[in-house]
Amino acid sequence: MYVAVKGGERAIDNAHAFLAEERRGDPAIAVLTVPQIREQLRLAVNRVMAEGSLYDPDLAALAIKQARGDLIEAVFLIRAYRTTLPRHGFSSPVETAQMHMTRRISATFKDAPGGQILGPTFDYTHRLLDFRLAADGDVPPAPTAPATQGPVPHITGFLNRDGLIETADRDDTPPPDLTREPIELPADRALRLQAITRGDEGFILSLAYSTQRGYGRTHAFVGELRIGMVEVEMDIPELGFAICIGEVELTECETVNQFKGSKTEPPQFTRGYGLTFGQTERKAIAMSLVDRALRWKELGEDFTGAPAQDEEFVLMHADNVQATGFLEHIKLPHYVDFQSELELIRKLRAEAAAASQKEAAE
Amino acid sequence: MTDQSYNFAYLDEQTKRMIRRAILKGIAVPGYQVPFASREMPMPYGWGTGGVQVTAACLTPEDRLKVIDQGADDTTNAVSIRKFFQRTAGVATTEATAEATLIQTRHRIPEHPLTEDQILVYQVPIPEPLRFLEPRETETRKMHSLEEYGLMHVKLYEDIARHGSIATSYAYPVKVEGRYVMDPSPIPKFDNPKLGDCPALQLFGAGREQRIYALPPHTQVVSLDFDDHPFQATKAPHDCDLCGASESYLDEVIVDDAGNRMFVCSDTDFCRSRREAGHAGRLTMQEAAE
Repeated sequence: MYVAVKGGERAIDNAHAFLAEERRGDPAIAVLTVPQIREQLRLAVNRVMAEGSLYDPDLAALAIKQARGDLIEAVFLIRAYRTTLPRHGFSSPVETAQMHMTRRISATFKDAPGGQILGPTFDYTHRLLDFRLAADGDVPPAPTAPATQGPVPHITGFLNRDGLIETADRDDTPPPDLTREPIELPADRALRLQAITRGDEGFILSLAYSTQRGYGRTHAFVGELRIGMVEVEMDIPELGFAICIGEVELTECETVNQFKGSKTEPPQFTRGYGLTFGQTERKAIAMSLVDRALRWKELGEDFTGAPAQDEEFVLMHADNVQATGFLEHIKLPHYVDFQSELELIRKLRAEAAAASQKEAAE
Repeated sequence: MTDQSYNFAYLDEQTKRMIRRAILKGIAVPGYQVPFASREMPMPYGWGTGGVQVTAACLTPEDRLKVIDQGADDTTNAVSIRKFFQRTAGVATTEATAEATLIQTRHRIPEHPLTEDQILVYQVPIPEPLRFLEPRETETRKMHSLEEYGLMHVKLYEDIARHGSIATSYAYPVKVEGRYVMDPSPIPKFDNPKLGDCPALQLFGAGREQRIYALPPHTQVVSLDFDDHPFQATKAPHDCDLCGASESYLDEVIVDDAGNRMFVCSDTDFCRSRREAGHAGRLTMQEAAE
């Protein structure tokens, strides 16, 4: 049976109605609320906020509901909304040393000022299905401890005192904004970090993993991973000083990377950096590895041809909204092009057949 | 019905201004790919976000919009984009090529000749004609600035050496005003001759790749070829089974389980207006006889 792709208008309307019905599922089951998603699927919400580049847990939860749990689709919904928002200004750089931490670990020091805080992590859970969760959701309250008061300095700062790690000097150059200017290559580190932090978690994870397996190896340790709330401050021209306009949850990862020195740099530890919205530590760790791998040029390392070292390859393919759009567009009608390919193949086949007939006759 | 919660034609005025600047630069340097800060649109990349942004930046309330995909007004994505602008801009729409002031297209140039009062906006997936020869943008931009197109000619030559003819049937590269090699978007090469000396303004938008380029009216556009292998605009060697047209680009449609085929104009407006004018093809005559 031939089914025409034409007559699209009614088909589209009907498809949308069908989609809405499928989204709702069995009406005998209670409808999922946005606050339920926000509170109980928080890591999904975090991922959508991180890759959607918009910190709004309610909207991210709504997007997840609307996308039927398809997180890339939810990221797309958030991005399409974000791009319509007016810009009122820019915040001051957030001070992650002032973070109210729920989790903070270091793989390089057994203890450090500020302590290690495991926080709400899967790390040491046994991955056994918990059938009690299928029955009810009630849990006893977790033990609490008083929060650490005052700023907690970064662990890489201690290494810095001995000159063992490269310095990371304060740089107040306004960073480029890839949502307002087209990406131009070569990109500086700020632009690369911006692209990676909103890049697809799976893609960044695989690139980071590839560096660990030898494709652009950088020998990373997690110097510090911290997760918590930071205050966002903004200069208000009418006031003449910065005020706190809200809080965001961030995950920050600093890796310490072995470095034997190069033609231009002395032997010392080097840094990779990751910063993401929400509790998204897989992404933040992966980001810091990819950041470090991309820094080969400024550190005078060799380009080994590894994908994670290749800035153009990484930046042009990290965005899952772009990738999924272009990938899936091949299901749109292409019959005009296919028709011209048909003509071409028929012509080439006819010519080849004629040539072999002629050969056989000779 | 216009959706009042968004600006006219969806994009805010600052964004439109940024896009118009890119368009003007593109017009000033025909065939040159101008980087622009493409926005996320409410339809996916690959669905025509570049074309939609160019259209949004060009539309005025007085415009009459036509949207086609594969030459047809009623393919799903053409319907979707037309609806988008009906909703966000409230502009009049039409299916008649001659009545439209702005036409957004994917993969075809209308058969009906365009006029200087019209703008044709193309949706472009990969704006870089050298992309499949050199994947790096940093390299291809250099090649364009140095006018280093040897690689492209080698590719075309190798096609001839291997297959006896140039094995590119759509997105066939062209040279603009003797300077830039340009991708005409994935139109069949049948449409290439319409690109040159066209009275209408032709604009090309690639959203995901963040590029806009343009052909001002009456620009010289030459499809790449060799003296002994001149460019040929090809189509299926048939007449339209519905309207009998012999000079229009045809779609091949499988009509039954036995694999029988019919050939019909890909340009639905062209085909319909011919039938309305009394022209008939093989199948319409059969039907009339029955």
